[in-house]
Amino acid sequence: MTTDNRKEILKRGAIWAFILVELAFFSIIGDRLSVSDKAFMDYANMLLLLKQSAPIGIIALGMTIIMINGNIDLSVGATFALAAIVLLDSMTWPFMQALGDWAIPLAWVFALLTGATLGAINGLIVWKTGVDAFIVTLGSMLGFRGLVFMFNGEQPTSHLNWTLVDFAEGHFLGLHTPTWFLLCAALVLWLLMTRTVHGRNAYAIGNNREAAVNAGIRVGPHMLLNFILIGFLAALSAVVFYSESGSVNPNDGMLFELWAITAVVLGGTKLAGGYGSIISTLGGVIAIQLLRKGLGHIGADTQTVNLVIGLILIAVLILDRQLNRKGQGELKI
Amino acid sequence: MTLTKQDIGRLLAKQGILIAFAVFMIGFALANQRFIAIDNIAGVIRSSAILGVMALGVTFVVIGGNLDLSVGSMMSFSTIVVLDLHDKIGPTLAIPAMFGLTLLLGAFIGFLVGYLKLNSLIVTLGMLSAIHGLTLTWSGGKNMDIADKSGTWFSFFGQDRIFGIPMPILIFALLAVLLSLLLARTPFGRKVYAVGGNGQAATFSGIPRARIVFFTYLISAFCVAMAGLLQASRSLGSQNTVGQGMELEVLAAVILGGASLLGGAGTVFKTVVGVLILGFIQNGLLLVGLDFYVQYIVTWAIIILAVWLDVAAKRGRLWSPIA
Repeated sequence: MTTDNRKEILKRGAIWAFILVELAFFSIIGDRLSVSDKAFMDYANMLLLLKQSAPIGIIALGMTIIMINGNIDLSVGATFALAAIVLLDSMTWPFMQALGDWAIPLAWVFALLTGATLGAINGLIVWKTGVDAFIVTLGSMLGFRGLVFMFNGEQPTSHLNWTLVDFAEGHFLGLHTPTWFLLCAALVLWLLMTRTVHGRNAYAIGNNREAAVNAGIRVGPHMLLNFILIGFLAALSAVVFYSESGSVNPNDGMLFELWAITAVVLGGTKLAGGYGSIISTLGGVIAIQLLRKGLGHIGADTQTVNLVIGLILIAVLILDRQLNRKGQGELKI
Repeated sequence: MTLTKQDIGRLLAKQGILIAFAVFMIGFALANQRFIAIDNIAGVIRSSAILGVMALGVTFVVIGGNLDLSVGSMMSFSTIVVLDLHDKIGPTLAIPAMFGLTLLLGAFIGFLVGYLKLNSLIVTLGMLSAIHGLTLTWSGGKNMDIADKSGTWFSFFGQDRIFGIPMPILIFALLAVLLSLLLARTPFGRKVYAVGGNGQAATFSGIPRARIVFFTYLISAFCVAMAGLLQASRSLGSQNTVGQGMELEVLAAVILGGASLLGGAGTVFKTVVGVLILGFIQNGLLLVGLDFYVQYIVTWAIIILAVWLDVAAKRGRLWSPIA
């Protein structure tokens, strides 16, 4: 085994090792400090953890492929909110109500199409104008939020459909419905990134755009597809979340982009592009959720969670730099 | 002398932001007389002052080639801290104490980004979260209010006037002039441009890159502390999330002013223009009778058009060469 190989395994395994440490810490220390007498490693608790990871997790998956491609998307929170509003609002349209429960899949389609369209707008602007994705999506973060407010002003949009709520709260083969959505999305994206030409080219473009162009890869369509995918996934996340809750505030989804980026970076994906994996992001998402739940379990307040996650993010960055000491693979924007 | 297409392009790129500003002002003024009334203009500048003060500091960070996403969260921190300390140790001590603590946070970020050379986007993202946690811990999650609101001179910074000029405008203007001089007329300013423009070249020519980056974050933290002071003094009470989301608005203003995210370009004056454009558009759209959310959509269009014009002029063609 070469040093490079060993380093690679070390890097890929780091997030899973971190999860194990968290589990051990919260089960041993946590159960002593805990306010409740339930064990932390309770089966139901762990299932709930996966379910709660789903909304941010699905967005983080999309952020991973965007970042592997060398871009970033700050507008996912606004896309999430707009898709949620379309989902709930569309079910109250007269012709949809005439459809009965068949309105549900149609409302999903509307929401997902909204997300994909918003993603396509971002992607086209980045492709055609050549403006940096950071700026484009910073702008559309504001713009999409404006569209959200157009629906109902500052009022929340609500619609409860009990068939839908039952489905979203249900279990299937032992796992919650949202968990299945997260796992399926992860599987599809993993196949996309590791087994298809698009995935290979996305890595190549993120790694060295000029070289990719010289190798005859058309950069634009790949970027566009990735933006459509992240828009779609942000909408999927909204579908998963709001099918259950049934009410959306116009400010919902704010700072989701930052949470998603945090999970992706914890998973080891490089901001500069060309390196990262879907599976590691899944690890990052679970690690953050474990931390939230674990700190809650030992009686810490939400404020401590923010503090700890922020500091861990920085610590990961420092560690990562130590691993890449020789100047190779240094992070840059 | 005839103007060629290229000349027009270059002019648009160089002064595009000012031209757009002028066009907007004239358009709104024609649509509604009240828009150019002195008290309306003063009102706009006054309500933009807090965002503006923060944007001044972030300009230094961005020109130095880095980002600062923690300013919103840091502003909440300074506001909460100064309000809390006001009742505990009195305003005279609370203000310097708050400035000290905020500068300490800035120094920490500056150390991580400057000396440890960590990625500024992720560091300040982490700090956004961490400082928010710190603020909540400080306040216990409760809103912070000054007990005796009418009996304190603390409202001086946010509510008083000198020669008829509201203090926030005065502070914003004074800080803008000082920082503009610092950036444009001193060796330190030139070094900030050098570090942001080409960090490696700057290092080779003997400029202490780490120290310069460190100082840009200190300046940013100082401006944030000032913004927190204005905010606290204006309202004499605050939620824990008062600055939430402002980091991206600030960045939008700085980018609108023409600072490049890659570093090395931008001026304090242009950032002020960027801040004012955002403020006046918001105000103008409301005065013409449009709903408040229209400003978001308009701002979106303006940001992308502004940056697009800029990059288009630099590469000499409108559409990107990406295949």
